[in-house]
Amino acid sequence: MNRFAWLLDRLAYEPRRNAKLALIADYLRTTPDPDRGYALAAMTGGLVFQNAKAGLIRALIAERTDPVLFALSYDYVGDLSETVALMWPSSPGNPSPLRGGAGVGGEKSERLAEIPAVSLIRAASHPVVRPPSPYPSPQGGREEPGAASSEPGHNRPPLTLTEVVAGLRNSGKTELPRLIASWLDALDETGRWALLKLITGALRIGVSARLAKTAVASLGGIAPDEVEQVWHGLEPPYAELFAWLEGRAPRPEATDPAPFRPVMLSHAIEDGDFDKLDPSAFQAEWKWDGIRVQAASGTRPDGTRVTRLYSRTGEDIGASFPDILDALVLDGALDGELLVRREDAVQSFNTLQQRLNRKSVTPKMLIEYPAHIRAYDLLVDGEEDIRELPLTERRKRLEAFISRLASPVVDLSPPIPFADWDALAAARADPASAGAGADAEAVEGCMLKRLDSPYLPGRPKGYWYKWKRDARLVDCVLMYAQRGHGKRSSFYSDFTFGVWRATPEGDELVPVGKAYFGFTDEELVELDRFVRRNTLNRFGPVREVTHEAGSGLVLEVAFEGLQRSTRHKSGLAMRFPRISRIRWDKPPGEADRIEALEQLLPA
Amino acid sequence: MTLARQSTRQNWRPSDLLIPTPAGLYCPPADIHIDPVRPVARAMITHGHSDHARAGHGAVLATRETLEIMALRYGEGFTNSRQVAEPGAVTRIGLVDFRFVPAGHVLGSAQIVVECNGLRIVASGDYKRERDPTCAGFEPVPCDIFITEATFGLPVFRHPPAHAEVAKLLESVRLFPERTHIVGAYSLGKAQRVMALIREAGYDRPIYIHGAVAKLTEFYEAEGAPVGDIRPVVAAERKALGGEIVICPPSAIQDLWARKFPDPVTAFASGWMRVRARARQKGVELPLIISDHADWDHLQATIRETGAGEIWVTHGEADALAHWCGTVGLKAKPLHLVGYGDEGEAEPEAAPSEANP
Repeated sequence: MNRFAWLLDRLAYEPRRNAKLALIADYLRTTPDPDRGYALAAMTGGLVFQNAKAGLIRALIAERTDPVLFALSYDYVGDLSETVALMWPSSPGNPSPLRGGAGVGGEKSERLAEIPAVSLIRAASHPVVRPPSPYPSPQGGREEPGAASSEPGHNRPPLTLTEVVAGLRNSGKTELPRLIASWLDALDETGRWALLKLITGALRIGVSARLAKTAVASLGGIAPDEVEQVWHGLEPPYAELFAWLEGRAPRPEATDPAPFRPVMLSHAIEDGDFDKLDPSAFQAEWKWDGIRVQAASGTRPDGTRVTRLYSRTGEDIGASFPDILDALVLDGALDGELLVRREDAVQSFNTLQQRLNRKSVTPKMLIEYPAHIRAYDLLVDGEEDIRELPLTERRKRLEAFISRLASPVVDLSPPIPFADWDALAAARADPASAGAGADAEAVEGCMLKRLDSPYLPGRPKGYWYKWKRDARLVDCVLMYAQRGHGKRSSFYSDFTFGVWRATPEGDELVPVGKAYFGFTDEELVELDRFVRRNTLNRFGPVREVTHEAGSGLVLEVAFEGLQRSTRHKSGLAMRFPRISRIRWDKPPGEADRIEALEQLLPA
Repeated sequence: MTLARQSTRQNWRPSDLLIPTPAGLYCPPADIHIDPVRPVARAMITHGHSDHARAGHGAVLATRETLEIMALRYGEGFTNSRQVAEPGAVTRIGLVDFRFVPAGHVLGSAQIVVECNGLRIVASGDYKRERDPTCAGFEPVPCDIFITEATFGLPVFRHPPAHAEVAKLLESVRLFPERTHIVGAYSLGKAQRVMALIREAGYDRPIYIHGAVAKLTEFYEAEGAPVGDIRPVVAAERKALGGEIVICPPSAIQDLWARKFPDPVTAFASGWMRVRARARQKGVELPLIISDHADWDHLQATIRETGAGEIWVTHGEADALAHWCGTVGLKAKPLHLVGYGDEGEAEPEAAPSEANP
């Protein structure tokens, strides 16, 4: 557990991608099975514990700390695991957070026992140097004077990651709280933090599943995509994967008949690109405002069907879409857009959101928000991997596949006929009359795909382009600000803004949306300062800032679309709002009025 | 302003003696502000950090060191009239007695004891309880009302001993003899404290400094701070400073200036380094949790030591500290004074005159 904790801690402070890769690869190389496999699973999101959840952690800390102080601390730190790790009373015999003392509590001496972070920097620069290990020994590593190992809070006994995973998997709801509490008592701050990260499932250390797979691939000197190929047939702790990479065993059989294949992504087209591109070499399609999915279906040797729906990052989202899974009754892998289609028209993203991120779906939702796949590519046809074929060939196969499937919930994304870029620009400006018809509301631009493009993982240059519809802009007035989480922790970074509307008592601002990105780090510092200096009221983590005609801050907000909404006072909901400019120069009285937005609503 | 009636402690309300105003704490019977954030006629200054010590007041009463620091930062004309407050000596203004007592924050830092008709209020400014070889230690003063900061007033902030953090730095220097260790540290107080702690740990190579730290370091040295062999970084020689320790203002650690050193390790000495996200936001690889402010435990211990029945919290995590006071039966109120090290940057940026190295 110590080695794993230090890996996570070091990764959290390491901004350089290559150094992160080196750290992970070095850890995987020097850590025995099965610990390293569970660490890999943690970094790729492969560990899910039935009973160990964030709620349990909250309950444990609530028994040990003052609720108000916990809430304020959590709000400040912006990360549940870290807040609990820092606040956890280090001595089990002294659970009060209100320790008087002049700073000689267990926490202080415990810090002495921590391993200097520097020993991990070495790992970053000299990843290949094996002995001496850059990681602490299981006993807690480098001892410093004053670190008595019998002290409460010190890392005894040497808890392994494998023991932790087994405990979290196999313990029942009733025994789990006591088990976790005993671990938290035994670990130091970094160990507690890592354990809590593991339990809550959100590592947030700047390591994607892809990066972890790239690191593990380097053990065998192979490309990360080769790991992807076998990945979905493997289970933690991935013993056969490591055996293969280390040359001790053959390549694992991809036993999963419906694995994820890395998706092909596009580049945003720039104005200058059109001159260099030949329109006749491209196919154009609508860019649908849904979520990118890969639908894979295959047959096991025993004849049973396996069907999976993946997000573009390979996350299995099938549980939310049983209606889609039921429809995929042919072996193959489709690339397409997940949408909600009702009364023969594709609905807005706003409607689709009703179906997203749900663990279970009710029959009512299946009827009210019927899911649909608009397919634009075929990766596997039957058992044949056709990713190397050119797009024109794959398109023919796709058309045949869709007609064989003959499902009402899967159809083709139609091509847009165009002669030259001007014609395509005209179609993009008016999708409804260029073939999208009733679905035009769900179009957010065009896709351009080279007719000869193979299906390549990642974002290869020169094949696919997206040409998004121009964003709408509106000048709004900042009304409320809330502290952010994660990277933005402790900054006021979530902004609620409004526009003017007339009332019998005169003009007032009505909130129309909330945005938490679009600005640079430097702008965030300025916005944060503005919020702190212009606070009118505090409501917990939210601050109300000055917003009058004569004083306040105007934000130019960009957004993709607008829907009617009963949830917001203004009756409007923005799609994908972000701060496009901070108008320090503009008096709030000159910000936009609600009528300007209402004009943009679909009829 | 004079008070016509002779009051007794019973009918004196604390709000008659000190009131929070947009300019800062104000003492009406003496017509003087404490650490005003805008120019006023008469000011008392607790310490030289730029959010507490600003230029442009008519008259300033402060410790000798604080007055000299202000003159260094803003020029000799930072005020029309200055008066030295001797540590422990009483200065009477009108009916009010003022006394400056060491606060342990930075060189010259003081708490201001305000006393009138038997009512005693201590405005502590910024303070810490941990030993600091570069300034006089905090002295608790029994009082009726204790005015405290709460920069680190949350139970997540428990500072480890500073010498252990410096040991982390020196261990890193030992392990990477080829890399420059660039330590961001506030130019008044923190930088010199880190230097002195490095010396206490037995490191005797020269320590290199950014120009923005030079003036104050010279001042500290002249005042007897054990900072050892300090040399300025010569821009053209940065490439040759592999393996050395360089101390610079926090703003410089991410500058182009810092990237010219050989494979630099970026460190930052601050209490904020306790929170991972804060270190990451600043791109810090080697966080050193060294603070010149009291941590959660020390804030509580200090409040108890003063014996005060009522606590006012000026800035920082005021709501949390005031809440804690309530849980132990102390009357407390957050003042939400604006202009002092806003939560995000409790330790001040360098004063304008130091901005250019």
